[in-house]
Amino acid sequence: MQQEYQKYYVPAQSYWPIVGAIALFLIAVGAGNFVIESTRGESGWGDNVLGVGIFMLLVMLFGWFKDQINESMSGLYSDQLGRSYRQGMSWFIFSEVMFFAAFFGALFYARMIAVPWLGGSSNNAMTNEVLWPGFQAMWPLVETPGGVNTTPMSWAGLPTINTIILLISSVTLHFAHVGLEQDKRKQLTAMLGATILLGCVFLFLQVEEYIHAYQELGLTLQSGVYGNTFFLLTGFHGMHVTLGTLILMVLFLRVIKGHFTPDNHFAFQAGSWYWHFVDVVWVMLFVFVYVL
Amino acid sequence: MSKATEIISPEHGAADAHDDHHEHHIPKGLMRWVLTTNHKDIGTLYLWFAFIMFLVGGAMAMVIRAELFQPGLQIVEPNFFNQMTTVHGLIMVFGAVMPAFTGLANWLIPMMIGAPDMALPRMNNWSFWILPFAFTILLASLFVEGGGPAFGWTFYAPLSTTYSGDSTALFVFSVHIMGISSIMGAINVIVTIFNMRAPGMTWMKMPLFVWTWLITAFLLIAVMPVLAGAVTMVLTDKFFGTSFFDAAGGGDPVMFQHIFWFFGHPEVYIMILPAFGIISQIIPTFSRKRLFGYASMVYATTSIALLSFIVWAHHMFTTGMPVAAEMFFMFATMLISVPTGVKVFNWVATMWRGSMTFEVPMLFALAFIVLFTIGGLSGLMLAITPVDFQYHDTYFVVAHFHYVLVTGAVFSIMAAVYYWIPKWTGRMFDITLAKWHFWCSLISVNVLFFPMHFVGLAGMPRRIPDYALQFADFNKWISLGGFAFGLSQLIFLAVMIKACRKQGEPVSDQVWDGAEGLEWEIPSPAPYHTFETPPVVK
Repeated sequence: MQQEYQKYYVPAQSYWPIVGAIALFLIAVGAGNFVIESTRGESGWGDNVLGVGIFMLLVMLFGWFKDQINESMSGLYSDQLGRSYRQGMSWFIFSEVMFFAAFFGALFYARMIAVPWLGGSSNNAMTNEVLWPGFQAMWPLVETPGGVNTTPMSWAGLPTINTIILLISSVTLHFAHVGLEQDKRKQLTAMLGATILLGCVFLFLQVEEYIHAYQELGLTLQSGVYGNTFFLLTGFHGMHVTLGTLILMVLFLRVIKGHFTPDNHFAFQAGSWYWHFVDVVWVMLFVFVYVL
Repeated sequence: MSKATEIISPEHGAADAHDDHHEHHIPKGLMRWVLTTNHKDIGTLYLWFAFIMFLVGGAMAMVIRAELFQPGLQIVEPNFFNQMTTVHGLIMVFGAVMPAFTGLANWLIPMMIGAPDMALPRMNNWSFWILPFAFTILLASLFVEGGGPAFGWTFYAPLSTTYSGDSTALFVFSVHIMGISSIMGAINVIVTIFNMRAPGMTWMKMPLFVWTWLITAFLLIAVMPVLAGAVTMVLTDKFFGTSFFDAAGGGDPVMFQHIFWFFGHPEVYIMILPAFGIISQIIPTFSRKRLFGYASMVYATTSIALLSFIVWAHHMFTTGMPVAAEMFFMFATMLISVPTGVKVFNWVATMWRGSMTFEVPMLFALAFIVLFTIGGLSGLMLAITPVDFQYHDTYFVVAHFHYVLVTGAVFSIMAAVYYWIPKWTGRMFDITLAKWHFWCSLISVNVLFFPMHFVGLAGMPRRIPDYALQFADFNKWISLGGFAFGLSQLIFLAVMIKACRKQGEPVSDQVWDGAEGLEWEIPSPAPYHTFETPPVVK
């Protein structure tokens, strides 16, 4: 412990949490009703409520972070508080890892257990014979037991390019961080800008890949468990890249405004951790969804 | 360990030049509670919310027991009965037990480790206020066309996908935001414990309630996201044409059970580890002895948590698995009884030759040890695969998990509230009424749950609104016990209202004769801000 205790900053009352809670309420109610209405083919108010909720959440994030930044800039924070933030961010990323683990688990289970069993392996010969006669176990599952056909996504081409793009973006972000720590602001701005650009290119190519899947391969969200795991894993990853890019953009604006010092830049560190996490998830995706 | 926690410089928010960002007056009115960043306020909010949900979920249990009072369809439609069993389970797990423990964590952890507040106070407020909204959605879904969730709290596919109503979408999103709340709450607890301990509060000096919550928080962060994944797959299977849990598309309904119970089994320990912590605080106080085997308690808690990740499929012995897997999950599950046995042994050894007295918290703690052990032993029976084939989905299972959750988790929460509420309000609660609450609860809860073992062993299936005639006598008694247990909780409500209105004798700082630890060294009632400068623990 330090010689003199730096007071731990306990913020006074704040409006942002309750705004955030109401925003999440509107998002949940809106999304729920939107899903119900769209499957029934009705038009309703679900999408509007969802939109208002998302807008409120964005306002909340903006206001909450604005307060944080002002407090930080006015020197209210201590080293101990900085450690709280860093630990909090690490545990948040751990929770994200577990979220992806659920979908990777589904992928492995479907591939190693569910599909082979439907094809009659282990002691399931009669399952195959009686319930799904003629079904051949295979992966990627190009023909489901129910008879839906699809074409697998090849790892060559766009996915490989996207892998290279994300790997480079991790390197550029690292050099941006080094630039920040060594107080080389030009390197920081250039490298951070390059990372954002690479993130945007990745997202653009991902959209291209989805269009290719839907229009040319006939690979859709409905084409059996191969398509399900493909789209949910890459889709959630894409959402995380989108969020990560937005975070980096905010960091970029703050860098231009002159925020962050070589030894005080929690927000930058958190954003960079998040980006590296998203990259690692992609590498896993590339190996287990595309290549193998 | 707690003998060692002597404070060198107790500090009760003395004047300090850097203090201008703290509010020394307590804010008033409704907005105090809506906007608060104070761990004590948020703890109170969590506890009252949990209590209200306990009464709501309890009312649903009364509907279930009224229907089952006699054989034949008596009062409610089968579909409504299913909604009651489902929402009763969801509310008790996510709305009552978990928030109550989080409320206790909020109140106690900063006071126990000498921290000024939780590490992330604003996020703490957000975690709480999500919950009332999430449960509003869940309860409102009961009124949606086609009815609310009726697939059991475990929402097995295809019940929740192919055969569920439209309200499933609302169920999914309300579980999502509950999960967000739990994860943020857990991150707050874990960071507080890692980063906010007072100087000298080393790991092995931490009170066991703090230890057990640290491990609980880790479990929460590890498995709540998996639950989010499971409900997401249910949503896409039901509404967007995926087939994760549909064999026609290459998926498997059994996969749902694997994903769900990978969350669900650690979840069970999330609901019991803090209870172990509470009992480990209370038993030494009223035995006037140090806790026997402090270090072994820590290791036992850790082992239980780690084992909880590799036992999930013991919920699925009859679902269909290779024999090798059944054997693995059977033995792994039986292993858990070793660290759990260590705990029960340590509690008993703590009491051995102690100068015991039997105040209300101690009564609940003693009832916990006996009745939780009954639930633990029936769990051991259920762990044995060939035997489980007989018990699966019978009332024996219902008896088992209500012994661990009601006489386990819920009794420990009541013990905790009786133990610490004098510190919170500065007044002793109404002891006579509290003893009535204890004895009425103790007797009725056993009338309620013990006969369930017998009807379960005789083959009465769970989650069915009707039953064969030979179970009629037992079910009559079970229902009477249920109504009595429900009414007994109104006594608890009365004690709590009186306590919160500060009726009763003022208490000393230490409150209980044998109580030790930092929270007993600050004044009663605990000031709004405590330990703004950390104490030094020797």
